[in-house]
Amino acid sequence: MSAVLPETGLGAEGEVGPRPSRVGFMRRLFRERPSALVGGALLLLFLLVALLSKWIEPYPIDAQVGPVFGPPSASHWFGLDDSGYDMTSLLIEGTKVSLIVGLAATLVSMVIGGGVGIAAGYFGGGVDTALMRVTDYFLVIPDIPLMIVLAALFGSSLFNIVLVIGIILWTGTARVIRAQVKSVRQRVYVDRAASLGAGHLRLIVRHILPQVAPLLIANTVLTVAVAIFDETALSFLGLGDPTKVTWGSIIEHAFDRSAISVGAWWTLVPAGLCVSVLTIACYLLGQAIEDALNPRLKVAHLSARGFRLRPLVGAGRRAL
Amino acid sequence: MSLERPIAGSRAAAADLPADRPADRPLLEAHDLVVDYPIRRGLVGAMRREPQQHVRAVDGVSLTVAKGEMLALVGESGCGKTTTARAVLRMLEPAAGTLRFGGEDITHLPAKALRQLRRRMQLIYQDPYESLDPRFRVHATMEEPLAIHGVGDRAERRQRTRDALERAGLAPPDLYLDRYPHELSGGQRQRVAIAAGLVLEPELLVADEPASMLDVSVRAGVLALLTRLRQEADLGILMITHDFSTAAHFADRIAVMYLGRIVEEGPARTVVNAPAHPYTRALLSAVPPRNPRERRIPEILKGEPPDPTAIPRGCRFHPRCPLVQEQCPTIDPALRPVPSSGPDAGRHRAACVLV
Amino acid sequence: MSLLEVRDLHVWFELGHGRELHAVQGVDLTLDQGERVGLVGESGCGKTTTILAVMGLLPPNASVAGEVLFDGENILRRGEETVAAYRWKDLAMVFQGAMNALNPVKTVGWQLREPMQLHGVASGARADARARELLGLVGLPASAADRYPHEFSGGMRQRATIAMALACDPKVLLADEPTTALDVMVQAQILQLLVELTERLGLTLLLVTHDLPVVAQLCQRAAVMYAGTLAEAGPIDQLYHQPRHPYTRLLFAATPDIYGEDDVQWIRGAPPRLDRPIPGCPFQPRCDRAFAPCPTERPPLRVVGPAHRAACHLNDLDSEVQPSAGAGSRA
Repeated sequence: MSAVLPETGLGAEGEVGPRPSRVGFMRRLFRERPSALVGGALLLLFLLVALLSKWIEPYPIDAQVGPVFGPPSASHWFGLDDSGYDMTSLLIEGTKVSLIVGLAATLVSMVIGGGVGIAAGYFGGGVDTALMRVTDYFLVIPDIPLMIVLAALFGSSLFNIVLVIGIILWTGTARVIRAQVKSVRQRVYVDRAASLGAGHLRLIVRHILPQVAPLLIANTVLTVAVAIFDETALSFLGLGDPTKVTWGSIIEHAFDRSAISVGAWWTLVPAGLCVSVLTIACYLLGQAIEDALNPRLKVAHLSARGFRLRPLVGAGRRAL
Repeated sequence: MSLERPIAGSRAAAADLPADRPADRPLLEAHDLVVDYPIRRGLVGAMRREPQQHVRAVDGVSLTVAKGEMLALVGESGCGKTTTARAVLRMLEPAAGTLRFGGEDITHLPAKALRQLRRRMQLIYQDPYESLDPRFRVHATMEEPLAIHGVGDRAERRQRTRDALERAGLAPPDLYLDRYPHELSGGQRQRVAIAAGLVLEPELLVADEPASMLDVSVRAGVLALLTRLRQEADLGILMITHDFSTAAHFADRIAVMYLGRIVEEGPARTVVNAPAHPYTRALLSAVPPRNPRERRIPEILKGEPPDPTAIPRGCRFHPRCPLVQEQCPTIDPALRPVPSSGPDAGRHRAACVLV
Repeated sequence: MSLLEVRDLHVWFELGHGRELHAVQGVDLTLDQGERVGLVGESGCGKTTTILAVMGLLPPNASVAGEVLFDGENILRRGEETVAAYRWKDLAMVFQGAMNALNPVKTVGWQLREPMQLHGVASGARADARARELLGLVGLPASAADRYPHEFSGGMRQRATIAMALACDPKVLLADEPTTALDVMVQAQILQLLVELTERLGLTLLLVTHDLPVVAQLCQRAAVMYAGTLAEAGPIDQLYHQPRHPYTRLLFAATPDIYGEDDVQWIRGAPPRLDRPIPGCPFQPRCDRAFAPCPTERPPLRVVGPAHRAACHLNDLDSEVQPSAGAGSRA
């Protein structure tokens, strides 16, 4: 005994209603939300730089090619660091490694978080309670001290860093995914598929995941930002892989070698800016996707004070 | 059976049932079904080992649905009719009582066998938009049951899908196969849902308020479809509804539920024209007639609609009954035959001391 | 003079990309004091939009043309400016599903006092007393003022929303599907309440619903809407026994009557889209009596009897009398 649904669609004339598509969603997203466009473009830029790093680094990253702390110039856009290495090349290399770590750690966290979230949300009951308690414990542990301890214990190869960050980050994803899965699980069409005899796998993969995927994507984008920030922090604290160049290690080097007292801002600021800009880009894109997915924001509200008056020109059917 | 079949869902259609009485060909039989819902205890309660409390949503319901017959289960919200429907489909396990389908006892069937059973009985949901996955095109929704049960190859599934769409009144089927649910009207979506139920060629359909969320001008079309399926395919249909008028026009038999029990049942016309239970009478009187010249004074029951967590002693209905007798707070009457002569004698029963 | 008169009301909704939905296309209604009038139609016909326009509660992408005269004054004359003065004090509305939209963290009494305080009708102890009075008026105990919505059943919450609408003593009550989500027994109680209120308080009621039997029992007159326009309007008795528009006839025929033996009918097809102009009669594609002028000429709303109007070309044919509900042909 609920509301009666509108009787629209294919009428007697066989009219067609509008068709949706995933392509349509993306187009709409970028058209209606310029922030998504900006964020996406910036991310793409960073990705391209990382992918093409081998070919666009102007100088080798481990050879002295100029004076120590050389300032930015036409041949060295971002100057030189404390050992005379070209900053531009270092930054490009750092982009590559930071992104690798960020994406890999995000993948780890998505797999764990997604798995936990789906299991908890789908099965509910005891499974849910148990998994959520575990999640809560991980949530409560402070990130940076944990990273310090783990890095100190297990050494700081890139692989370990990725694992450490992944372990920290999965909890946020797990919670968000669990909520969404729980909500979709209760929808009538899922119940119906279950009543037809569909097994768990089919229900999750064919009915629940498609509804959860967009949120998962938004969450992934946001997680990348945090992963890269965490990696930067780790490296800055000296716990990163000393053999690899990342934005964090560049900043750490600069601090270590007292670049500021020499006034060599170009060894510090650009790397920091890269982290900031990438974080902003991820947030812009991720938030835009989340907002686009949020149905509540799209509902037309009964707002008074809004409507406009039109003068009636002509009468009846021919009215303007 | 006569060769001439009326097209729309009319009263005359019911007379076309086979000469042998429907009760001789039972498809579904439920005896004294009891279904409990646990009340949430919370972590502390569970740790303290407090006894699990239950709401007894269905308390001793017996019904039968024969092949080619439509039984309407009528009642207000909270009476347990939806729970009964789900129990019948074994989507819930009854706490007590027995269920037989096609002669076989399915009361405690294990999960594997249940899957097989699901091919033979299908549920049609109330909300035609929510019941179809919005990301599935019509053909995907319809082929899914076939895929789940491993029926046929692609070509055969496509053919079955087309056939089912046509049987559901959606012709030509090719016009609908690639559509998404939101491109279809409410009535069309409900027909798709019914077609998706038909694709496995079930023997029993359980329809939960199949037309209540559709526009008035479209309802009879969907209900007439169910009637036609009943006749053509000998399908048994259990229809849950709160709308007495719909039940009166389309169902063969009506069972009225109140607080988890059936209080009256019998041939549709008999229950509507000669209700024996005071609750049925009150409900019928409250339905507004569509003819403005007919003035019906509703018998408004005192008190609030009852709460299944606080079931009255004796006859469940007695606190609100306009004809309450002395013994009603102490006696819990069973269904007893309503005395009458005529062809329906013995098939009309009510649970009231006054019968 | 009528208490409320709607003249040639049009409502458009902007859909973006230059497209517009013409949701209400020239609706006329009159209500005299103390009357109960029904506005009937299926979903999407524009009935809710019509009463929202009367209350001035349309969203920013809506534009309105036409007049709404309350006691002779056009309350839409300067849009929000003018209509705000009438809202809740002269015209009140019970929204669809309102009983589920009560504020869960405020007591019923608080929610009753709020409109009084906001519109300067009463405050403090007086508001409290009046709130309890209103509760009594709708059949709820005065103690309900101190309870929360979740403590009440659906029917009681609906009574509370009616009381809230009456808080500032309006003359006209617009009720949008007030009983649709309720059990038939509770529906009967609410309908009885509405009759009492109109008779005891001299309240005027415009009942918007898709449920024809409710209108048949409760209202003296009714207007049937289809695709944003009026198909027919007149005394409810006439609409049932002598409908002058096929849609009215078919709508009654599609409504089952418990004791009736006739076939229940249905109408194939669906209402037309309102985002493009419709040449001819909007019901024509689904009509069982459509003939030559129907696809190309819009039938104007013309008088077909005392206080009875219909928009159908069939009424222009001299000796054509349409069969009444129950004997209609199949669509």
